[in-house]
Amino acid sequence: MTEMNSKPQGYWQHLVIDWSADKEAFKVNWGKVMMWVFLVSDTFIFSLFLIGYMNVRISATEAWPLTSEVFALVVGGEHIPLLLIAIMTFILITSSGTMAMAVNTAYQGNKNATFWLMIATAALGFGFVGMQAYEWSKLIVEEGIRPWGNPLGAAQFGSTFFMITGFHGLHVTGGVIYLTVVAIKVKLGHYDKKGFQIVEITGLYWHFVDLVWVFIFAFFYLW
Amino acid sequence: MSADTQGQQHPLSLYFKVWGVLFVLSALSYMVDYLQFQGLLRWSLILIFMFLKAGLILSVFMHFAWEPITLRVALLVPTLAIPIFIAFMAIEGNYTMTSRLMFLAG
Repeated sequence: MTEMNSKPQGYWQHLVIDWSADKEAFKVNWGKVMMWVFLVSDTFIFSLFLIGYMNVRISATEAWPLTSEVFALVVGGEHIPLLLIAIMTFILITSSGTMAMAVNTAYQGNKNATFWLMIATAALGFGFVGMQAYEWSKLIVEEGIRPWGNPLGAAQFGSTFFMITGFHGLHVTGGVIYLTVVAIKVKLGHYDKKGFQIVEITGLYWHFVDLVWVFIFAFFYLW
Repeated sequence: MSADTQGQQHPLSLYFKVWGVLFVLSALSYMVDYLQFQGLLRWSLILIFMFLKAGLILSVFMHFAWEPITLRVALLVPTLAIPIFIAFMAIEGNYTMTSRLMFLAG
């Protein structure tokens, strides 16, 4: 080991040595590596959903419903396109900010601030899911959109919409539960000896949920 | 490797700056729809704002920029399969559409 370290290491030499040596390849917390591996696999799942959506949208011969109109809200008699989705986007970004702050305060050992910041993150996530539930019921009840068809145009709109936003909403719901559990455990002092890497790992998951929403927002709602 | 064993620690001011930029980028991408840009301009703006937002969340909030190169390569290389699959499915979708127009129309 000392011999290896004494040599000057370049960018790629570093990678080759890390992977070929008979030792730990990723010199980071194992829980973090596992979360990253899970997130890469989740990236593939969401990619498949979005690629499937792209494929059926390209091949649909009927007109695709105008998302700008479908997701419009009427505020004070005024018709504002895509407003609900914009609010949901801002809520999720805000929750990403509070999560990043929670990671910072956790490493500083400020358990109280970490607890409240994580609870705030979970509350914003809960708000997001609530607005999604409102969006779904509005689409099902008022617009008559079903997974197998809708009165606005291409039948594939409903199936891809419910599948993609449903799966994302499920991730947000899971994240809210995950955040709440870790926040309570932080407060109870379960990580005082182990260290607060768990907050960073929970944060990775939460930021990923926001990351996926960036792509859904661009491809499903704006495109 | 001390930063890795102790976890990712970065100043709050950095997070606040990124947070602000993300808000601006989100507002801009919403404006693309609000101002009803169409065609190539709309699609390129959507993609630019999307990649900027995704890049900031990934590199700063998820601390990807500060992770060791070994981990970064292991996580990024598999995702290269995604653009290839996108290309395949776009070709396939266009083929299905053409077939439908040729054989199902009228």
